[in-house]
Amino acid sequence: MRRSLLEISLNCGEAAHIGGGLSIVDIMATLYGSVLKLNLKNPVDRFILSKGHGFLGLLSALHCVGYIKKDEAMKFQTNGSELIAHPIMNPEIGIESSNGSLGQGLSYATGLAIAYKKKKKKGSIFTLVGDGECYEGSIWEAAITATETNLENLVLIVDCNGFENDGTINDKMNFNELISKWRGFGWNTISCDGHNINELLVSLNKRAINKPTAIIAKTIKGKGVEFMENNNDWHHGRLTQKLFDEAVKGL
Amino acid sequence: MDFNEKESKQWSRMGPRAMFGQFMLDIAEKNKDLMVLSAGLRRSSGLERFKSKHPDKYLDIGISEQNLIGVAAGLARDGYKVFVTSFAPFLSMRASEQIRMNLGYMEHGVNVVALGSGLSMAYLGNSHFGLEDIAIMRSIPNINISSPADCAEMGKILNDYAFSNHGPSYIRLTGIPGYPSLYEKNYDYKFEKPVTLKNGKDLLILSTGSVTVQSLLATRILSNNGVEAELINVHTLKPLSNQIVEKLKLFEKVVTIEEHSIFGGLYSIIAEKVATNCSNTKLFPIALPDAFGPTGTYNYLLDYHGLTSEKIAKKILKISQEKNLVSD
Repeated sequence: MRRSLLEISLNCGEAAHIGGGLSIVDIMATLYGSVLKLNLKNPVDRFILSKGHGFLGLLSALHCVGYIKKDEAMKFQTNGSELIAHPIMNPEIGIESSNGSLGQGLSYATGLAIAYKKKKKKGSIFTLVGDGECYEGSIWEAAITATETNLENLVLIVDCNGFENDGTINDKMNFNELISKWRGFGWNTISCDGHNINELLVSLNKRAINKPTAIIAKTIKGKGVEFMENNNDWHHGRLTQKLFDEAVKGL
Repeated sequence: MDFNEKESKQWSRMGPRAMFGQFMLDIAEKNKDLMVLSAGLRRSSGLERFKSKHPDKYLDIGISEQNLIGVAAGLARDGYKVFVTSFAPFLSMRASEQIRMNLGYMEHGVNVVALGSGLSMAYLGNSHFGLEDIAIMRSIPNINISSPADCAEMGKILNDYAFSNHGPSYIRLTGIPGYPSLYEKNYDYKFEKPVTLKNGKDLLILSTGSVTVQSLLATRILSNNGVEAELINVHTLKPLSNQIVEKLKLFEKVVTIEEHSIFGGLYSIIAEKVATNCSNTKLFPIALPDAFGPTGTYNYLLDYHGLTSEKIAKKILKISQEKNLVSD
């Protein structure tokens, strides 16, 4: 999946959100490879990418499960393409929502989870936010609603890569702080290594009675490519053929 | 939804907020997929009875308007017909980007019911007034904007949105309990289609919202002074009917009347049409100024801003006496 993410990034010839895409690849692989009950026509589980700029991670997953063919994926960030830096809703290829403005996906996922619960539908709503995204006040508005409505079918993943656009995230919003914040808001809060598939599998399948679940996943921005790891230049960067060759060698 | 004169008057006595709750009760009986959401303003939205009668169709998500829109969109995505309520600025401004992403961009058909717009929050002041909401909402693609002239028209509009698929909407409620109704008898409401309230040849008045009853009363004063104005109620501000554009071409003088800032509301909407479609039409606005004005009772504020029948008539009389632009 990392390879296809890098191929897509190289092919577009433009700067792309590679670092934050790579930090969620293992989470996406676990979700789309094993956890989500997928069905394009009649989705059982749904995934909302609140952290819209992580779209490269989602795109590679949708490519790997066959929803987006290679020639389509290669149109990423080309003129007129619907596959761009942020998701544009298109359920026919598994993109469940339009995002890009941070702090909005959790409310949307909460609404979906309420609908599922009211209709007694099977399945869960998964959503992924960034650690930096947790600065958005609307995240915490939704955090309250999800506990007040007892949404055991809502699973939030916080991608804690420790960086945002401008650099490292303040200590008051680090991995441990976010665990206590989500726990403090009454969520069934689990922490795990966001690159350990076994830990992710266990965490993503856990639920609590009458409570939404938050998985605080410790991740590395740029994970898997040595020169990108924890190097925020790759928050939004452009790959060259030379850099690509170097990157895939280490995968 | 039909009505008679007695009902129209009774509904106006109850006011738009109480009647919103009442109409939702009626709609709930017929629409099993209805959901009504409030951001901590159930009592102010006339939803007390709704909540006790249909607890499964009601959700209070707390004082969090941004979240309100997102949750509503998620429910709409899974097939619910959703109405959300709060005061006009809290929806149109606080949650405007959520409206843009969830309703505009993703086109989820949520109906945003903006309570207490215009000046109707009276002593609660400018923090609660809806002065700029049309301007903001109309700049977002795919959002319909409705502006009922009284409670009967609001009932028709709510029913229309509840049982059709016009897409997302912003429904702007002005007026207070006891404010006079416009319609004395039932009429044929159609989305987008403007309602001609009086025919006339001297000039055209386009009016929107609860102030339209003042516009109608003003035309009677004008008639007594020998001026025959045509009056049209523009209940759908977006999309704007092409019938309005055709009408604009027929008049040399057009007056717009609204309880909204002079920037971005009915005056702006019509000015854009006049500028590109009419070479012989001059437009005269009666609107709220680009300012945070004083506070007081609703009637005091309408009078202060010249939105009473007498003041409207006086202003239009003066306009009618202005020399025509094109002389033959």
